[in-house]
Amino acid sequence: MVLVFVEHNNGTFKKAALEAVTYAKMTADTLGTDCKALVFGTAEEASELGKYGVSSVLSLSSDHLAHYDSQAYAAAVANVAKASGASVVVLNNNSTGVGITGRIAVKLDAGCASGVNSLPVKTDNGITVEKNIFSGKAISTINLTSPVSVISVTGNTIQPEVVGSPCSVESISADVPAPRTQVISQDKQQGTVAPLPEAELVVSAGRGMKGPENWGIIEALADALGATTACSRPVADTGWRPHHEHVGQTGVAIRPNLYIAAGISGAIQHLAGVNSSKCIVVINKDPEAPFFKAADYGICADLFDVVPKLTEAIKKAKA
Amino acid sequence: MKQLVCISKTPETTTQIKLSGDSSQLDVAGINYILNPYDEWYALVRAIELKEQIGGTVTVVNVGDASNDVVIRKALAIGADDAIRIDQTPDSALSVAKAIAATVSSDGYDIVYCGKESIDYNGSQVGSMLSELLDVPFVPQAVNMTVEGSTATIQRDIEGGTETISVNTPFLISAAKGLAEQRIPNMRGIMMSKKKPLNVVSQDISDSSTTVTKYTLPAGKGSIKMIDADNMDELVRLLQEEAKVL
Ligand SMILES: Cc1cc2nc3c(=O)[nH]c(=O)nc-3n(C[C@H](O)[C@H](O)[C@H](O)COP(=O)(O)OP(=O)(O)OC[C@H]3O[C@@H](n4cnc5c(N)ncnc54)[C@H](O)[C@@H]3O)c2cc1C
Ligand SMILES: Nc1ncnc2c1ncn2[C@@H]1O[C@H](COP(=O)(O)O)[C@@H](O)[C@H]1O
Repeated sequence: MVLVFVEHNNGTFKKAALEAVTYAKMTADTLGTDCKALVFGTAEEASELGKYGVSSVLSLSSDHLAHYDSQAYAAAVANVAKASGASVVVLNNNSTGVGITGRIAVKLDAGCASGVNSLPVKTDNGITVEKNIFSGKAISTINLTSPVSVISVTGNTIQPEVVGSPCSVESISADVPAPRTQVISQDKQQGTVAPLPEAELVVSAGRGMKGPENWGIIEALADALGATTACSRPVADTGWRPHHEHVGQTGVAIRPNLYIAAGISGAIQHLAGVNSSKCIVVINKDPEAPFFKAADYGICADLFDVVPKLTEAIKKAKA
Repeated sequence: MKQLVCISKTPETTTQIKLSGDSSQLDVAGINYILNPYDEWYALVRAIELKEQIGGTVTVVNVGDASNDVVIRKALAIGADDAIRIDQTPDSALSVAKAIAATVSSDGYDIVYCGKESIDYNGSQVGSMLSELLDVPFVPQAVNMTVEGSTATIQRDIEGGTETISVNTPFLISAAKGLAEQRIPNMRGIMMSKKKPLNVVSQDISDSSTTVTKYTLPAGKGSIKMIDADNMDELVRLLQEEAKVL
């Protein structure tokens, strides 16, 4: 059995969570077994996960799971995996997964692959999965041979796929230790666009913008697309843009469907965080800018001229 | 406050990755190694700041062979008091975490730091595994931390924002950008680092649950299409019909 740990926000599931479910379902198909989902608390939409291929949803309620705590969460997932005889545990490689993937693996004595971006392939002695290493400069194929494996999946690896119909939801219990951390508050950006790690469309700009006062044209382009904004490191370091927008080797690593970069030279450390994007558009006035070598489409011109024109063209196409 | 910082060695950030003949191996010839930026810039510096503020010690620990001594000395030059090198070739995140746990579990560290990830294998696993082995709370991706008495208030990155967490020592955190500002070692630090203790211990822990069977290089981008600045309609059409991303 493949067990997928699915996070929900007040009862509803984000796209990334559904991606993990589809990943788990496809893994189960490869292994010739079934797939169950584990959710914490009661999620209104829980039975909907059946549409993405799980045979049932296990709903675990405990006061100890009210807030994220890596010890309590990992123990809960591991205990359910043990009790249900799971051979593979799947979870998202996000801010939740990063705290518990390793803990679950230790608890289950399981082989562990984190940040995986390919579906598993069955081998003689287990399964293999692929992941990016050296910030996307190489790919490693990892063979997991232990009786139980833990896999955390990178966002945008596969798209959620409806393959079935709503399923049953079963309340279960499991031992969950009391959390030893307390969540005091959460501070989330307002607005409707997806946060950078989950964004499918990203508009990014660099030092070529000359100053923070010029960012209006980037925001207008992002608005027209429904995209999330990002920036290069020097831009965040000098305070032109907030730190959470910094992408690259030392910032956020992203893999959106579309990455538009204006006034960014394309230094190797910047590329390291964005080179897994499906499609890259580069706007730079320097024909020698290294970013052109990593791009699908390029416009060699002044960004202050190009960006507003692109915004207009997108508005026109959408109208 | 007794603090421990786990440090790893990674290829310098501009390194071009090459494969050796049969693609099953990385070609490591000529690679220049540095201290993993997350460990050096954020974890280590925050630990040193805290020591300067409230006293105590900062120990660094690394799992690896004698060739790692160069980066360990750099950590001492930046301001760590002493170092432990566990003389073992790391074969996976689990073997690294187990080797560290076996070496330090009875030493009573109040705060253990890891980097958010090592920029070579990008695993982000050692911290989570080590916290489980040491049976302590773990706060991943910390961007800010203040400590009062035995209670720490930590901000960590979550999707689209931050979360503020309170935790009592002992605990483990992984350091992300913002936790501290990079420090360049000065001459005095470099001189003193040579006299600071670097203790070599041995462990013999291996992990056979995972093996890397192959390395590949990402498929390069096909040739780029240049678009005229006055023809943004054409770009939008290509994004819709050719790239299919809009
Ligand atoms: C250890 C390390 C880690 C790093 N990590 C990161 C990281 O995570 N992310 C990151 O981004 N960087 C990182 N860097 C920095 C990186 O090396 C580059 O310095 C940085 O990415 C450059 O930012 P930029 O492209 O915005 O600026 P610049 O390199 O100054 O490039 C500006 C570009 O804008 C173009 N331009 C100027 N005016 C116009 C105009 N009017 N119209 C069109 N184009 C114009 C120029 O031709 C130029 O190509 C790191 C560096 C180190 C050493
Ligand atoms: N060989 C090692 N020795 C000591 N600490 C390590 C080693 N490898 C990784 N770490 C620590 O674990 C963190 C995460 O590494 P990783 O799980 O490889 O991404 C690093 O930032 C280090 O703090």
